[in-house]
Amino acid sequence: MSPLTTLRTALSSLGASKLRSGLTLLGIVIGVAAVISLMAIGRGAQQAITANIEALGTNLLFVRPGSTSQGGVFGGQGSASTLTLDDAYALLDTVYAPSVAAVAPELRATGQVVAGGKNTRTQVVGVTPEYQFVRNVPVASGQFVTWGQVDNISEVAVLGSGVSETLFGFRDPVGQTVRINGRQFTVVGVLKSQGGGVQGLFDDQVLVPITTVSYRLASQRTTQGGVTVQTVNVQVRSGDVIDSAVQEIATVLRLRHRITGDDDFTVSSQQATVETLQQTTNVFVVFLGAIASISLLVGGIGIMNIMLVSVTERTREIGIRKAMGAKRRDILLQFVSEATLLSLGGGGAGVLLGLGLSRLMDGRSLGNQTLHTVFSGDIAVLALVVSAAIGLFFGIYPAFRAARLHPIEALRYE
Amino acid sequence: MIELENVTKVYRMGKVEVPALQGVSLTVQKGEMLAIMGPSGSGKSTMMNVIGCLDVPTSGRYVLEGDEVGRLTDDRLAEIRNRKIGFVFQTYNLLHRLTALGNVELPLLYGSGSNRRQRALEALERVGLGPRANHRPAELSGGEQQRVGIARALVKSPSILLADEPTGNLDSRSSIEIMAILQGLNQEEGLTVVIVTHEADIAEHTRRVVSMRDGQVVNDEPVRKPRQAVSIGEVRERR
Repeated sequence: MSPLTTLRTALSSLGASKLRSGLTLLGIVIGVAAVISLMAIGRGAQQAITANIEALGTNLLFVRPGSTSQGGVFGGQGSASTLTLDDAYALLDTVYAPSVAAVAPELRATGQVVAGGKNTRTQVVGVTPEYQFVRNVPVASGQFVTWGQVDNISEVAVLGSGVSETLFGFRDPVGQTVRINGRQFTVVGVLKSQGGGVQGLFDDQVLVPITTVSYRLASQRTTQGGVTVQTVNVQVRSGDVIDSAVQEIATVLRLRHRITGDDDFTVSSQQATVETLQQTTNVFVVFLGAIASISLLVGGIGIMNIMLVSVTERTREIGIRKAMGAKRRDILLQFVSEATLLSLGGGGAGVLLGLGLSRLMDGRSLGNQTLHTVFSGDIAVLALVVSAAIGLFFGIYPAFRAARLHPIEALRYE
Repeated sequence: MIELENVTKVYRMGKVEVPALQGVSLTVQKGEMLAIMGPSGSGKSTMMNVIGCLDVPTSGRYVLEGDEVGRLTDDRLAEIRNRKIGFVFQTYNLLHRLTALGNVELPLLYGSGSNRRQRALEALERVGLGPRANHRPAELSGGEQQRVGIARALVKSPSILLADEPTGNLDSRSSIEIMAILQGLNQEEGLTVVIVTHEADIAEHTRRVVSMRDGQVVNDEPVRKPRQAVSIGEVRERR
């Protein structure tokens, strides 16, 4: 029997009991649609989370002073417990740290920011000009902190968009003055609004020269009078050299701090965070898919059930076909293709329904969160393949039973 | 053409062995038309199944057109059924969701060959059902359904036409029509026709009657004056 004839025969058999075929199909449609839409939600959440992290800037490493710096450290007294501005710029050494592309040290303080009658309590971040590029915080109006301002310990501020809005409404604050912890600062710029997520934290911060925080706001210095930093944001040349960059940074800092025992700093990578999160969210996506797969499995059992009923009902037909010269393979193929057609048809319709559902859900707000869905072709293809496989798997047993029937007994069946 | 030599067939019903054929020998020449008669339980149905390659003998030899059929695999038997044997059943055994044409096409699906539609239509025309090709079995009378069954048996140009109680479910008028068609096929085209029946007047339409009892051939003799059924043409004229 030619494949085309087999297919046509299967279609006409299915067409003979439309309601039954339709209901069986529905089982698969619901299963596949559930898998597709739940995976779309899962992928959407995954993408939102990773996008959030990646918005911080790619290839970032964070160097922070170690928490164990107080105990057990012998060499390098004084500077050992804290990172300094000099430590940060020492990382730019092209011989010891060739993988480092840029450094952006930061030092934070909490401040009361006042302008006119309004005031807000916020984080004041001391930065250098590289900060803008390393941490990807573009300026909407005015300009970023300059080297001149860092050198002069200038009392200038770049406001986050939220801070600007709180203090000045929708007026452009560039050129205005604000008071931070009682000192007068000139506003030189406003940051672009970053929206939600981790990057959105910048909206509610004020950036000033790092030296200004050190000398005017925090008065946190080393015994030698150097500027201490809380975090050094390190941009690595490429994602491939992150591991070597970590080693290089550690080497430079150990040399500078004359460390022989435990490190007094930690280096953490952006990549590691993203990977951990991705692993976590992968579990989440797979979990959602697994739950949805249960309905697909139920749909598959529905197919098997209907095919078994169909084989019993059509025992006589099988006998007739065998008497007319149908071989085992012909009968087997006929029933397997009926089951596969059912499941593939259901799979196709399910993909469309799932696509529709995920489109419908995309951008809907759910409580205070916005639902974000990502429909991807690979899931659709996977769902189709899986549904075809389900048809094959659950169809093969009934088909085998049909093929095994003895023609005489099948013909005698009432 | 058909040679059965000391054929036995034993069915197992659980632990009990039921002998259905006990050493049957029978030779049928090409172009013969014979009836196998006998009461129920005589083994005539088993005989029919063996001749039709639906079943294989437990022992003995069955040679069909020079091929020893007794020891073939299921798939080879299916092939032989498809190419050499046309079945006509008491209960017609048509598929209800297919049209007359679709039913006649059925044997053509399981073999090579093209113009299925054309060949099926020709077979239907031979039994006078050309105009009814697109009717479903439910829309046809019993006699017409059996004619569709005959067309289906003919469509592959088989070596033997095997009819199992072909008139068993029909009134006498339709029975005569069916016998007329079978006689016509035998006399005009030389088709070998084997009819299994328990009705004596049906057997009288053939030229040889093989009687069976308890799984053995008890009598095998020619019909002295075969009855001639009216041909399809005459049936049509009479309407």
